[in-house]
Amino acid sequence: MQLEYAPAPESRGVVDLKPSYGLFVDGEFVDGHGTSFKTLNPASEEVLAEVAEASDADVDAAVKAARRAHSRTWGRMPGAERAKYLFRIARIIQERSRELAVLESLDNGKPIKEARDVDVPQVAANFFYFAGWADKLEHAGHGTESIGVAGQVIPWNFPLLMLAWKVAPALACGNTVVLKPAETTPLTALLFAEICQQADLPPGVVNVVTGAGATGQAVVSHPDVDKVAFTGSTEVGKAIARAVAGTDKRLTLELGGKAANIVFEDAPIDQAVEGLVTGIFFNQGHVCCAGSRLLVQESVADEVLERLRRRMSTLRVGDPLDKNTDVGAINSAEQLARIRELSAAGEAEGAERWSPACDLPERGYWFAPTVFTGVSQAHRIAREEIFGPVLSVLTFRTPDEAVDKANNTPYGLSAGVWTEKGSRILQMAGALRAGVVWANTFNQFDPTSPFGGYKESGYGREGGRHGLAAYLKGGE
Amino acid sequence: MARLDVRKTYKLYVGGAFPRSESGYTYEVLDAKGRFVANASLASRKDARDAVVAARKAFGGWSSRTAYNRGQVLYRVAEMVEDRRPQFVAAVQQAEGLTAARAGGVVDATVDRLVWYAGWTDKLTQVVGNANPVSGPFFNLTTPEPTGVVAVLAPQASSLLGLVSTLAPVIATGNTCVVVSSYARPLPAVTLAEALATSDVPGGVVNLLTGSAATLGPWLAAHMDVNAIDLGGVVGLDGAEGSSQQLATELEVAAADNLKRVRRAPAAEPDWTAGPGLDTMTDFVELKTVWHPMGV
Amino acid sequence: MPSSATDTAVGSTGSSGTSWSDVTSSESSLRRFLHGLPGVDQVGANARAAALGTRSIKTTAKAQALDLAIRMVDLTTLEGQDTPGKVRALAAKAMRPDPTDPTCPATAAVCVYPDLVPVAVEALGDSGVHVAAVATAFPAGRAAMDVKLADTRAAVAAGAAEIDMVIDRGAFLAGRYQLVHDEIVAVKEACRRPDGTSAHLKVILETGELATYDNVRRASWLAMTAGGDFIKTSPGKVSPAATLPVTMIMLEAVRDYRAATGEIIGVKPAGGIRTTKDAIKYLVTVQEVAGPEWMDPDLFRFGASSLLNDLLLQRQKMATGRYSGPDYVTND
Repeated sequence: MQLEYAPAPESRGVVDLKPSYGLFVDGEFVDGHGTSFKTLNPASEEVLAEVAEASDADVDAAVKAARRAHSRTWGRMPGAERAKYLFRIARIIQERSRELAVLESLDNGKPIKEARDVDVPQVAANFFYFAGWADKLEHAGHGTESIGVAGQVIPWNFPLLMLAWKVAPALACGNTVVLKPAETTPLTALLFAEICQQADLPPGVVNVVTGAGATGQAVVSHPDVDKVAFTGSTEVGKAIARAVAGTDKRLTLELGGKAANIVFEDAPIDQAVEGLVTGIFFNQGHVCCAGSRLLVQESVADEVLERLRRRMSTLRVGDPLDKNTDVGAINSAEQLARIRELSAAGEAEGAERWSPACDLPERGYWFAPTVFTGVSQAHRIAREEIFGPVLSVLTFRTPDEAVDKANNTPYGLSAGVWTEKGSRILQMAGALRAGVVWANTFNQFDPTSPFGGYKESGYGREGGRHGLAAYLKGGE
Repeated sequence: MARLDVRKTYKLYVGGAFPRSESGYTYEVLDAKGRFVANASLASRKDARDAVVAARKAFGGWSSRTAYNRGQVLYRVAEMVEDRRPQFVAAVQQAEGLTAARAGGVVDATVDRLVWYAGWTDKLTQVVGNANPVSGPFFNLTTPEPTGVVAVLAPQASSLLGLVSTLAPVIATGNTCVVVSSYARPLPAVTLAEALATSDVPGGVVNLLTGSAATLGPWLAAHMDVNAIDLGGVVGLDGAEGSSQQLATELEVAAADNLKRVRRAPAAEPDWTAGPGLDTMTDFVELKTVWHPMGV
Repeated sequence: MPSSATDTAVGSTGSSGTSWSDVTSSESSLRRFLHGLPGVDQVGANARAAALGTRSIKTTAKAQALDLAIRMVDLTTLEGQDTPGKVRALAAKAMRPDPTDPTCPATAAVCVYPDLVPVAVEALGDSGVHVAAVATAFPAGRAAMDVKLADTRAAVAAGAAEIDMVIDRGAFLAGRYQLVHDEIVAVKEACRRPDGTSAHLKVILETGELATYDNVRRASWLAMTAGGDFIKTSPGKVSPAATLPVTMIMLEAVRDYRAATGEIIGVKPAGGIRTTKDAIKYLVTVQEVAGPEWMDPDLFRFGASSLLNDLLLQRQKMATGRYSGPDYVTND
């Protein structure tokens, strides 16, 4: 008998959507002077709100507010006081967690289950973690002197979590912030601004300027921004690195990836399959550290794939607000087009494409969980970041071959390895050129644990004691 | 009649061998008073390319040596420099125009600097690594690892101490490197190469090119198989082609092509006798975080 | 299965239990086989089970799940103070769990000690509710083999349709897999009736005492290859009780066994499942891990006593729209 899961939608009532949103500058919501834009619910293409675009002048005003706040209040405040503000913010995030989760799901398209159980709890945890550092910086090994004004540009895949990864350490270290959320997911950052108001955070400490690429460019190239932090594509990351060249600006970049998830024949097979699923279908595969390449030992390839397909058949794709949804909507039409293009390339290049049967909604941006077998290193789907629910499967015969193939990419953000043999895990963990290695697990994150890439996946670390380095003068 | 001395041919040091520049070009090296000393090899972009290949080839072996072993090798380099002290003193004296006593002090500081870094190889992980108390049943450890192949534009003024102070931290942490020596004062670098060749540094770990950072820098900065670059040697390179600041910016822009880690050039060449900070090493390491579940 | 040992074993296996003879013929081949099974990472398994537990089952799906869960209950009384009266009351409850609602289905079985089987058989008559008996010196299993077999034969002779046996955990933990295997084979044989039919054998692994998920997986395969019709987590009346991850691992085992042999084995978690919410988590796990085919009282059971009343309370809530209370379900 098949138990048909009836729809179990989370209520939208908890969210108070306004028809339009301004910028958050110097502690106040203000009008923007650019061309305002609409943010959509990608699951329905419904317009959620009209959002202001920050012009160069708006960005300048935000930077000035941040500079004032840095020199007059926040930069001089004792660490213990800064800490209490951050603890207070963390608590308000917990108090308003369901509201934040629903809004994130609406604006981003991610399943409410993930927004509720992963994103928002992690956001609160990051503020709690870095709050505690604010008055203990002298023990962290990077000095205690803040850098100044941080210009932070964050992506659309984990809008609020990436905000937390950037804002929490910046503030803990005494910097002030001008934050540019992604064009397609600005709403939770604006709700966070409201939380800053509720927390009585001094004006100008956090400023939110919404907009698209041009606004981001204005932030990173503003002459009075001392520190630039960016999470997003490698392409834009390179452009930012060029833009700050020759300046004194400090820069950290958290960019793309094409992680190998390596399954050996002695892996704990059911957990490995689960790790493959988490690795590529978590957050619709919109994850820079997604395990987008499965490298499976030939001796177990058929079995692993059979189990993977069976498991994929139980994934529930659909309404992100349904509590039983495992895979939500693709964040934008543009991203959907990119996923489709690369998937078409995969087929054209001769890889075999498979998806479980699933009914995709008529409206909105959707892409069924997909696995490509018969992929070789030369295929585009083995090299380019798809940033969607698409897994490319390659095989290997020996550990050396697995390492070779895993490292054979300009990226180096993350890697996974599955084997029950302890010494092999440690050998592999050492040989994989990636900033995060998940052994017998995948896609785990924690505020105490540094995250960041090798090679073209960027530089600098976010999280942990190491994450402070990016926001302190002595952290170079 | 006085015996005619046998002069040394100053060559490049690439992959453990001492080739001449593939270009066949040399340039005149003058001493501090402007007198001809020797013809040094003028490294070309192809020499730089070969050096990167050699450095990449050496990276796997060098980076997987134990930290203890790398410390032993660096200490051996210190021994070799100390052993050739008179030769280095003469080279520094000639290049930098110092008195014998001051040049001796520079060589002593150089040896001491090597010893300092030799001692760091098996401590850096403990100082900059971390066990992370994640909120779940996971073992979580962060450790530094070498970045890879590092291009080093060595200081223009401090021909030996500056050179060693920029080179030693790069290899102490397990990187391999391609070093462009001081243009005007290249000979101590060649002598150092000879010391390295007789120490236990594997071929290709350090590749020393004599020639112009302004010429070679752009090729190295843009090279897609170079992982990091130290722009320190740009300081003082102001010339017909523009200011050193312009060159530094140009190199940093080129370095963005594959997101090289960039150690920016300081405003002026530092006082190399001052004790270095940890940043000389941490600028060229990556932090790797490994997760593993804890269960039965 | 991924390991080469398993591949060989499975490859040479047809569709009946006897073809496991290569594997089960010696202590060493049995050990090689069981230790060749893929490992279970405890943290990953717990995380997966927890994720399955977050499924939200509402409205029509919940109504469906409640009736299915009731039909899967092995209504159990295993106490020293059990009497014929107690068993008769339980039988009445099993046949008609909610006296106020004739649409409420009966439970799968009533589970009693062997000496009370005749009472249960008589009370249940031809209602379709099975009589299950715990045998083999339940729950510790610490008795001589002939005693265990006599215990089993007596229960079958008295009319038990199902026998719940305990394995020798001491032998298992000591690595004496052959002994455990042979004991299950012997009990299975003792389940045979004169007419050639057989009582269904549920093999209790006592997963709490096995300590690791790797052992749960091995014990599951051991029980299946030895001829068990069901694998069961625990005795049910003593702690530690069933847990969702352990049940999930057993469901993976029956799924994989089916893929390897074509034979379909049932799973019964027992003990500690007291609420509807828990039961629904188990059903979700059955469906998503083993497959919809196992969503059937012939292949999945809950060994429980207090669970039934909570299911009934929830069922009343679904029917009336208001919350019910303990006075509106029967205490038996």
